Amino acid sequence: MKLRLNTRQRYRLYSLLALMICSGLAVYLVILALKENMNFFFSPQEFSSLKPKVGTRLRIGGMVKKQSIIRAEGLKIEFVITDFKSELKVQYTGVVPDLFKEGQGVVVSGIFQDPHLLIADEILAKHDERYMPMPIERSVNR
Amino acid sequence: MKIIALKHFYSLSRSWMYYSAALCFLLGVYGLSMGFWGVPPDYQQGEAFRIIYLHVPAAFLSLGIYVFIGIQSMIFLIWRIKLCDLLAANSVGIGATFTLIVLITGALWGKPMWGSGWVWDARLSSELILFFLYIGLSGLRQAIPSRMPAAQASAILSVIGLVDIPIIHFSVQWWATLHQGPSLSQFSKPTIDPMMLYPLIAMIFSFFFFYVSLLIFKTRISIAEEKALL
Repeated sequence: MKLRLNTRQRYRLYSLLALMICSGLAVYLVILALKENMNFFFSPQEFSSLKPKVGTRLRIGGMVKKQSIIRAEGLKIEFVITDFKSELKVQYTGVVPDLFKEGQGVVVSGIFQDPHLLIADEILAKHDERYMPMPIERSVNR
Repeated sequence: MKIIALKHFYSLSRSWMYYSAALCFLLGVYGLSMGFWGVPPDYQQGEAFRIIYLHVPAAFLSLGIYVFIGIQSMIFLIWRIKLCDLLAANSVGIGATFTLIVLITGALWGKPMWGSGWVWDARLSSELILFFLYIGLSGLRQAIPSRMPAAQASAILSVIGLVDIPIIHFSVQWWATLHQGPSLSQFSKPTIDPMMLYPLIAMIFSFFFFYVSLLIFKTRISIAEEKALL
């Protein structure tokens, strides 16, 4: 196998490249056609610019606004989801993920009720890619 | 270049196989002991983050093995080197298993951490498609009875499927996903503390040497089978 290609090998190489380009193009076009659907959620900012109709099912991803969590009786919880440009109030009844707290990233899925209120039926916690040891005193107090 | 002759590969690869297995074991002992006991719990995820020491190495390997299969397939399609076909064929099962490990450890990790063991976001969905590609490669090769057409068909399918690899890798950067962004990337500082990072790197290499030694082992058997059939 020398790196100089004879005619047959060159023909095969070109066919292979053409195959790869076509497959790449096909996938690119599919992704282009999907547009927004490739995204798992909208940000509150995108939500406010979209202005969806009441009754639409949506997924919104953002952060739990500080001091916005209100827990009612039973498992009812109300909080505000924000991306620091726009925000949206969320109501949820049920158990929230362990990581759920103020300042935590969340993805909420539910039905958009009146303007600025989402009745969620699923809350997922989204964490970032940082990994650090716990500060020593905190791990002792845990 | 003598190496591409099956009989030379057979004799040279024996020691490589044993050295790889030894490296796999040593790095694995360091990586798992540190990862599961030595390293302190994460500030955000607590003890549960430790599954990273299986999930991330399996993920690196699931992508890397497919790229290797793609390269071997391209060489085979152009130059018809039999060793490349054997290496590609023997890598498929290992790659599929690593992909399955990624999906299962990911689900086990996601259920407590995110609140769901599976979501249809770009990262998870494209990795699932990679699993289907591996299964498809295996099925296609087995479905065609004659040797050369089977090899060529598998090679072509694996090259077509290569387009999934950059999608999986960049999915967390190109689109909004539940899966978090990259902690290890080529151009920026790692977002993992060094104490947690070194066992992770060790595990990635341990899985890699596991793959290498198992691949050589399987390929040597294939070569012996070829000899027996002749």
